[in-house]
Amino acid sequence: MTSAPESPVDPPLALLAELTHRCPLRCPYCSNPLALAGRSTELTTEVWLDVFAQAGRLGILQVHLSGGEPAARRDLEALVAGARSAGLYTNLITSGLLLDRARLERLRQAGLDHVQLSVQDSEPCGADRIAGFQGAHERKLAIAADIRAVGLPLTLNVVVHRHNIARVPELIDLALALDAARLEVAHAQYYGWGLANRAALLPTRAQLEAATAIVTQARERLKGRLAIDYVPPDYYARRPKACMGGWGRRFVAVAPDGAILPCHAARTIPGLEFPDVRQTSLADAWQHAAAFTHFRGTGWMREPCRSCNRREIDWGGCRCQALALAGAADVVDPACSLSPLHETLVAVAEGESASPPPAFRYRSLSEGPKIA
Amino acid sequence: MSPQINADSRPALATHVRLQHDGVRQQWVVQAPERLFVLDDVAHAVLSRCGNGLTVAEIADQLGIEFDAPADEIRGDVLELLQDLADKGIVHDQRA
Repeated sequence: MTSAPESPVDPPLALLAELTHRCPLRCPYCSNPLALAGRSTELTTEVWLDVFAQAGRLGILQVHLSGGEPAARRDLEALVAGARSAGLYTNLITSGLLLDRARLERLRQAGLDHVQLSVQDSEPCGADRIAGFQGAHERKLAIAADIRAVGLPLTLNVVVHRHNIARVPELIDLALALDAARLEVAHAQYYGWGLANRAALLPTRAQLEAATAIVTQARERLKGRLAIDYVPPDYYARRPKACMGGWGRRFVAVAPDGAILPCHAARTIPGLEFPDVRQTSLADAWQHAAAFTHFRGTGWMREPCRSCNRREIDWGGCRCQALALAGAADVVDPACSLSPLHETLVAVAEGESASPPPAFRYRSLSEGPKIA
Repeated sequence: MSPQINADSRPALATHVRLQHDGVRQQWVVQAPERLFVLDDVAHAVLSRCGNGLTVAEIADQLGIEFDAPADEIRGDVLELLQDLADKGIVHDQRA
């Protein structure tokens, strides 16, 4: 294989639009960066509408309206209408807390295709403790009913970790009871807030295997009734995940402040400059910006990735995880068993998950956790 | 147990599914949350007839004319395609 850049690059398939970092919840595995963007830095309605129009022209097919809590934006209805008129399949990723039935009805009329609602557990006490918000779970159950009542399709999303992993069967039952067509069981990912809380969240290998078996059985049993997507954690894996389906291959993210990113965590990587969507078009950024071309394809790889027969399957794993755990973004992801750090990582995972969990460091605007 | 599709089923797209022409790539696609199915000519011909109240048998008859092929040969292919999509939650039987 040569490392010559492919030309032209296939357009992306999906846009992650992080409309805001504001959120009433404080989940300790939040995928937002440690340095949260304040309201004053958020893009205007007009800029987002232009981003969606550009996305449609570029060949993007789906937009995930996310946050923070996207319903914290008062212009959400207008943004949905704009995304839909740009031809995008429009998916709202929400905690549900700032929605009510009237607003859901307006969002449906604006063209919203689908709602992905998070719950933190199947039982209120544990769920509210994770969310850092008393009464959140009960409110979410009510909003799930409203989502279905106005005729919007529902995915229930739950991030699993050592505190709720034993209740995967109850979570599957909850998805059925709430009339969800899809359930996403996603293991916590250990970047940013999640990494700062890893010892409080990471399950044991036995817990992981039990949950995986339950999901595998339920998928077969519920075929055609409930689709179950499962995102495993990679600490106990032999091969890393193909993060984002490969850097700069399928996904583009736009942060609340307008930064165009190959993934929502990419800003942790030093030395990369991310274009601002107010100055650079999505197409230009995708094709030419160093932030996208730098880790695209296989040309950047070192051994053992460079000669690995899975290099175009795994794409070297995750660049942000390589940086966070190995100290360099251009080395093999330590989740891969070919990484010299893999055994150390597994030992850390086994040690942390077998020890009593420390207290959460909740997500917060004012006091980010200190990174060890 | 997955819902069974048969010749009398009246298939329709699930509410979370959108059939759409992808103008940039010049192809028909079915979109679902975090999923994308690229359709060939036959799959598009089938899915564009779903939700109109037609039975699988009637859809197969129409395809037989459009593709100039015997309907009973096409019916098996149409059933197989729709059962696969029903298992994935993309189509459902409106009778059910």
